[in-house]
Amino acid sequence: MLTRVNHDLSSSEAARGVAGGRVDLIVVADMVERGARVLDVGCGDGELLRLLESRGVDGRGIELSREGVNECVAKGLAVVQGDADTDLEYYPNDAFDFVILSQTLQATRQPRVVLEHMLRIGRYAIVSFPNFGHWKIRLQIFFGGHMPHTDILPYAWYETPNIHFCSIKDFRALCAVSGVKMEQAVALNAWGYRMRLKMPWWFWNLFGEQAVFLLSRKR
Amino acid sequence: MAEASATLDLADRRREADQPHSLLVRFAPHEPLRLDAGIDLSPLQIAYQTYGTLNAERSNAVLVCHALTGDQHVVNTHPLTGKGGWWETMVGPGRPIDTERYFVICANVLGGCMGSSGPASTNPDTGMPWGLDFPVITVRDMVRAQAMLLDYLGIESLFAVAGGSMGGMQVLQWAASYPQRVFAALPIAAATRHSAQNIAFHEVGRQAVMADPEWRQGRYFAAGANPRRGLAVARMGAHITYLSDAALHRKFGRRFQDRDNPTFSFDADFQVESYLRHQGITFVERFDANSYLYLTRAMDYFDLAADYDGVVANAFRGTPTRFCVISFTSDWLFPTVESRAIVHALNAAGARVSFAEITTDKGHDAFLLDEPEFSAIVRGFLEGAARARGLPAARR
Repeated sequence: MLTRVNHDLSSSEAARGVAGGRVDLIVVADMVERGARVLDVGCGDGELLRLLESRGVDGRGIELSREGVNECVAKGLAVVQGDADTDLEYYPNDAFDFVILSQTLQATRQPRVVLEHMLRIGRYAIVSFPNFGHWKIRLQIFFGGHMPHTDILPYAWYETPNIHFCSIKDFRALCAVSGVKMEQAVALNAWGYRMRLKMPWWFWNLFGEQAVFLLSRKR
Repeated sequence: MAEASATLDLADRRREADQPHSLLVRFAPHEPLRLDAGIDLSPLQIAYQTYGTLNAERSNAVLVCHALTGDQHVVNTHPLTGKGGWWETMVGPGRPIDTERYFVICANVLGGCMGSSGPASTNPDTGMPWGLDFPVITVRDMVRAQAMLLDYLGIESLFAVAGGSMGGMQVLQWAASYPQRVFAALPIAAATRHSAQNIAFHEVGRQAVMADPEWRQGRYFAAGANPRRGLAVARMGAHITYLSDAALHRKFGRRFQDRDNPTFSFDADFQVESYLRHQGITFVERFDANSYLYLTRAMDYFDLAADYDGVVANAFRGTPTRFCVISFTSDWLFPTVESRAIVHALNAAGARVSFAEITTDKGHDAFLLDEPEFSAIVRGFLEGAARARGLPAARR
């Protein structure tokens, strides 16, 4: 049974600027059980791993950029330089409790393969991504006639690392064809607040700027 | 190449091999080292240096493993060359391997020529250096000898083991052989096995030594001879592999050495030739030719997977050690792909591993040089490990 969660968002951690004040990271971290073994794929500068380790989680990371890796290792985090598209195959089955892909899905060459690897390596996968179905994006394409440009998608089309955008609706379709079970879903609106529960999916797809899904394997 | 000081060099080097300017432990005849070759080596002596202070809990010891032509003189003046230590950028007060926090130990490897038992040591049965009668040793034998040293020092568990190149091989062997004794491991510019190309380079070096008539089937000490030319050529060839095309070009280009035009002879017209000759000459002043044969052989034999059913990951299953694997972009002797193979094996074994590739044009030798990004990573990794180990924070 899918639960769409709505804790009170104004979590004190966001107020204190934990995880750089990025609410999506706190939403992700809230889905992880204490003491769990976690692999963060595309861990960037390691802010999520730091937040998780402060909560007693055994965290590991993979990061593509050399600068990101070096920053993480210098922080004492266990992070390897690697590529979500090519390096996940070297991890054994069931090595982790949670495998996280935070704001990275749209930058992978083969999102479906990556998702399948995540659920092979981990019991649960947590995927967060910018929702390409958000109304601002739709407006920019429809009326502006150009590729969208927003605060969380700041790149020009010719230099963006993001090559596989999807909407919340698209992602649900991928889960369906991949045999993935959606355990929890959270959408964040343009102000970074969690959207109210009980809204229909089309509403989330239109007004959710970011989405976070907790996934597991279908039995 | 200078010949005048040949005998003096030999006498100095023999003395350094038997009675080194170092701390020294001699193991009694009833404590032999059982070698991979199936021989019990005795008597065994290990020369080593220490820096910093061992804490009351004996939990802050860092073992530094040196590379092929390195030695135990990590941060002190070298007794033969008078030059500074080989890792002063990394080890010392306030350095990433901080001697104000950690007790740093470095031992001359088994088979070396700076005071640990090796082919230049005196064979008690003959009163002359062992030469080729010394048994062929392996990286695992080196690590076993270091473990005997730690037992002697009363250090049950190391906070960290760190080393580059052949030192990195020892680090991997330490983590595989004694996982409970290694809290953190830093294999730098290393590999789980020596590649065919690297064995090939070593063979060229060994053939250069053995082709020198002064080598005399390894019995040059007895004849008062020294295969300087052969060893210098071996060093020149090897030195090229430690650098990179870009670094050589940046340092020397096609520039002439103290002349404006080619001499139409085989003098060292080019700066790069002059540099290599210098590297060769200075090397033979401090290094033993037979030691060079034995240590290159030990590296050639290194293949961690061979001891674990052909699967490197099996060497690290269930390991409690945390790893930091580091490679350098321009290193073509131990390229990044080798470090990635280590990382994949550690991932498959579920180990806690960090891995970074440092951008530099300085080739394999970058691990010996001042590379700020490299230093920051070693420092950060050790800080994190020290917190996990409960060692006190660095003084600010």
